[in-house]
Amino acid sequence: MSQTVTTPPTAPTEASNRVTLGWSNRLLARPEVGALVAAVVIFIFFLAVAPAFRSPASFFTVLYQSSTIGIVAVAVGMLMIGGEFDLSAGVIVTTAGLVNAMFCYQLGINLIVGAALSLVFSLAIGFLNGYLVVRTGIPSFLITLGTFFVLQGANLGVTKLVTGSVSTPNINQMDGYKALDAIFASSFKIGSVTVEATVLWWFLFVALSAWILQRTRIGNWIYAVGGNADSARAVGVPVRGVKIGLFMTVSFLGWFIGMHTLYKFDTLQAGNGIGNEFLYIIAAVVGGTLLTGGFGNAIGVAIGAFIFGMTSLCIVYAGWDPNWFRAFLGVMLLLAVMVNLYVKKLSTARKVG
Amino acid sequence: MTPTRTRKRLTVVAGLATAAALALAACSGGGAPAAQQAAAGSGGGAGDNSGYTVAMITHETPGDTFWDKIKAGANQAAKNNGITLKYSNDPDPAKQATLIQNAVDSKVDGIATTLATPDALAGAVKSADDAGIPVVAFNSGIDQYAQVGASMYFGSDENLAGETAGKRIAEAGGKKVLCVIQAAGSVALEARCAGVKKGVAATENIQVNGADDPSVVSALQAKLAQDKSIDYIVTLGAPIALDALKAMDAASSSAKLVTFDLNVDAAQAIKDKKIEFSIDQQPYVQGYLAVQALYLNKKNGNDIGGGKPVLTGPSFVDASNIDTILPFAKNNTR
Repeated sequence: MSQTVTTPPTAPTEASNRVTLGWSNRLLARPEVGALVAAVVIFIFFLAVAPAFRSPASFFTVLYQSSTIGIVAVAVGMLMIGGEFDLSAGVIVTTAGLVNAMFCYQLGINLIVGAALSLVFSLAIGFLNGYLVVRTGIPSFLITLGTFFVLQGANLGVTKLVTGSVSTPNINQMDGYKALDAIFASSFKIGSVTVEATVLWWFLFVALSAWILQRTRIGNWIYAVGGNADSARAVGVPVRGVKIGLFMTVSFLGWFIGMHTLYKFDTLQAGNGIGNEFLYIIAAVVGGTLLTGGFGNAIGVAIGAFIFGMTSLCIVYAGWDPNWFRAFLGVMLLLAVMVNLYVKKLSTARKVG
Repeated sequence: MTPTRTRKRLTVVAGLATAAALALAACSGGGAPAAQQAAAGSGGGAGDNSGYTVAMITHETPGDTFWDKIKAGANQAAKNNGITLKYSNDPDPAKQATLIQNAVDSKVDGIATTLATPDALAGAVKSADDAGIPVVAFNSGIDQYAQVGASMYFGSDENLAGETAGKRIAEAGGKKVLCVIQAAGSVALEARCAGVKKGVAATENIQVNGADDPSVVSALQAKLAQDKSIDYIVTLGAPIALDALKAMDAASSSAKLVTFDLNVDAAQAIKDKKIEFSIDQQPYVQGYLAVQALYLNKKNGNDIGGGKPVLTGPSFVDASNIDTILPFAKNNTR
């Protein structure tokens, strides 16, 4: 029970069974397959009912919408695989942007300095979240709920104190704006299609996360910590470090989207971002991540974000009554989760039989 | 002797301030004007020192710049008349009613409240009436304020505002209007869109999540792709108008934009002719008049409006008058 566990528990599939599985079962046992099937079903459905959706331009609008959710969801997914929640992920996006905008505007400092400061600040919040969780043993749901409220109040309070209003002043005349705008909020045209930079960043972060989770030791640690923290600790996984690192990853990607929002819109409303924390969690869960931790992967989370982005916009493309928007969205998400579950059951059933 | 010395010191201070401003400007332009801090502190000379306490209670959801202006107006009126202003807010009707009750219990001299949900607040307003505390309504509740028991009303008629906007769009040749609602289930916002629809029959509503700018942009972009016949977009808040501009840009739409309310950026966009016009309900005036009216009522028994609502809007802001209004928007008073 001590040295042999260098091969980590990758997924809760039984090792003895895995050998006998055919390729189809192995495919079905992957967390993202259910989400993929659901995504394809919804995609075809909307192609049929929403003529306006049938254009590359529309597809890229959907990808943009998905990416603004998906980038933070990548980190939230990893955190959930590691067995924790972060309810402050939505407001930290706004906090990061506010820190940058107000610090630079009020003191007249180059925006790049502010962006770096904001990054340090965000990472510190992530660290604090993680540290409090591992130190006190209080469920992360409660700790981050606390941070959520603190940040929500501080966003409004500090902004009001500093600017006398609840939105930040326009920063697009300041030094460093062009460079940061190019990094975080640029877009380019391929033919008639506008591609937002966040879409590419999203793909990059997903690929990076997939690589870390599947191919590196840290990835194995994350699954181990989320699967069973005590056994993970017993075999020498630095549980605390992993968890704190995961919280900091969330705040890093939150910062990233905060920068995007700031440089795309030039001003920020201090009350924004509330409620988005659930969208990130939804994306992760629809993408096959277990709420209890230890199971899931990056591609699945990305597909989950895509399903959300596609559904929310395709309701508009289809021209349905806007008052029913949320209801449609709920039905679509339930369907996605059920298809997901069905596919997963199918795979388990075959395995046993 | 002393005056000269003071002047000298002032010159030194001014010189230092300029130097500091220059030093900061060297780091980055486009930031806060150096004089801003100093100007913010100075207020107009206080008029009367009445010693009244007025409670202002609203249904504000924290974080909307619109309410900053209401508060700025209320604070100015309180300052002018030596009133202690107690501001509180809660978007939940039951909690707003509790806040009114709290004000009654603490025996304030007057209450100014919004009546976004008149039925839910009627009980609390009645208990203020019973306690002999004057109540005025502002911002919302134009049709119900009298029956609920408020003595005066200061605000805009949302339906009329929407209708006037709709008529103006129709006159300009608008055929198909998209009305953007940024918060689900708000009576005032629905009333604006319903008013627009009276002017242009082919008006369609769309719901967006006003708390998430990227999603507002992509939703509008999607709608513009879905319905190419849209030639006018009406947004119901200034920040949403700026999101709409991004969406129109991305969708290469040639639609024209009209918005309710103002902020600095929207005012600038009107000046740049990106927004056709804004329907302003002058929130600063609403806050100011509500407090001022309570003062006059308490002091002299005055009654404003002759039993009818006092309208603070709709007031149109467009290219013809934006030059006068832009400085006021920057000042947070318009």
